[in-house]
Amino acid sequence: MKRLLPLFLLCTIAAAPRSGYDDASAETRAMQDDDSANPGFLWVREGEAQWSKPAGPQVKSCASCHGDAPVSMRGVAARYPIVDRTLNRPLTLDQRIAQCRTERQQAEPLPSESDAALGLAAYVGLQSRGMPVRINAAGAVVEAGRRLFETRMGQLNLSCAQCHDDRAGLKLAGAVIPQGHPNGYPEYRLEWQTMGSLNRRLRNCMVGVRAEPFPPDSREMAELALFLAVRAEGLNVETPAVRP
Amino acid sequence: MVRVLLNVPKQVRKGEPFDVKLLISHPMESGQRRDAMGLAIPRDIINRLICTFDGAEVFRMDLFPAIAANPFLAFSVVAERSGTLTIAFVDDHGVEQTETSAVEAV
Amino acid sequence: MTTVVPAFHRPADTRRRFLLTAAAGTMLPGIAAASPIQVAVLIRRLVGDAQLDRGRVKLDLPVLVENGNTVAMTVSVDAPPGTVESLHVFAEANPQPEVLRLVFGPRSGVPRIQARIRLATSQTVVAIARMHDGTFWQDSVDLLVTLAACID
Repeated sequence: MKRLLPLFLLCTIAAAPRSGYDDASAETRAMQDDDSANPGFLWVREGEAQWSKPAGPQVKSCASCHGDAPVSMRGVAARYPIVDRTLNRPLTLDQRIAQCRTERQQAEPLPSESDAALGLAAYVGLQSRGMPVRINAAGAVVEAGRRLFETRMGQLNLSCAQCHDDRAGLKLAGAVIPQGHPNGYPEYRLEWQTMGSLNRRLRNCMVGVRAEPFPPDSREMAELALFLAVRAEGLNVETPAVRP
Repeated sequence: MVRVLLNVPKQVRKGEPFDVKLLISHPMESGQRRDAMGLAIPRDIINRLICTFDGAEVFRMDLFPAIAANPFLAFSVVAERSGTLTIAFVDDHGVEQTETSAVEAV
Repeated sequence: MTTVVPAFHRPADTRRRFLLTAAAGTMLPGIAAASPIQVAVLIRRLVGDAQLDRGRVKLDLPVLVENGNTVAMTVSVDAPPGTVESLHVFAEANPQPEVLRLVFGPRSGVPRIQARIRLATSQTVVAIARMHDGTFWQDSVDLLVTLAACID
């Protein structure tokens, strides 16, 4: 029976992904459910302010081109990462926002993991909350991410799949192992005592298995993010999520 | 100046208690954590918070490092007439901040 | 389930034990945690010679804590508005025992406070309500604190 368990779990994920929300305690879920108690909303409000803040030589804000975020950004986070056809590589929402800032606003990039960057990502992500993750990508670019997900790495020689596919639902040091979906990012993690991006979480995981983390803007990180999003299809966007 | 989300009902009933929710963006550095070099990160918290309505006190609170980062407080207020709910807090450096919200009592 | 017993209810040698612990504490810098005795002393200072009973105040905390960094807590008193003078919360095994101290004012509604607290380890948390009529009431919760498996 024990040997059949990983197989059963694999089939379970293929059938219907399970959000980290369902693995969290009732108190943590309650924190996420109430917008006036969800600490992620401190960053959402920050992002709302950033959205209208002019930057760069043309003194333009996001609003200058994109108008009202609840209208223009509706559904956007739910379909990211996309595949950049010119570069033929995945592009995450964080990267897209950074690209807009440097190429279109011609402004200084917002430092990664800064309140401003996380705020903007949270504000844009919120506009897709409750909408199903739906990614328009297939073939080699997704398979590249799947390969990374299934490759053992680090001194502990573990792959993402070994914990988050094979052992999801089991416990690691008293904590339930979630399937590891990206549908709530940026999210407020109690462990961090602050808001953080998917990149930060992936970095944690790699450091956790004593592997050299992929650089934040690397192709590998983007491929992994794309695969994770495809794997999460069926789940709704929960940004800003709260997790333990 | 830190970001504060103060959630107050726009309209309340005179003499009937109503709930207020408060979220403050602050790391509430406990003084227990250590940085990458092993040195203790100094304590830096909001240590006192006073809530008043229409000039009269709702409560005054002493906060300690055991209050979690990005403090969340939910409490009950009673108003006899319309007025302003004020939250004033001070941190370990003596920096004060005040937030207000108008409340209509019918 | 252990209950916090204020110092004046304990046998006499508690004072000697307390002095020894305090002395040891001053000789060992960076001692990590408070202790039930420290909390008992703080409670004694607060309550004095008054009676301290269980009841009326309710301390709501999860028995199994998912992450000690942020624990949802509610302290409420079964009493009409305007009758509770103050609330005090102590954590026996945190680096410092005091968690919060709240004094109610005239505009306070239902005597209740909801907050998020930090708990360093599995321990007992105590809440004490001081009423305007001079009485003191307490409640406590023993909890297990777990942490995330993968550290940042």
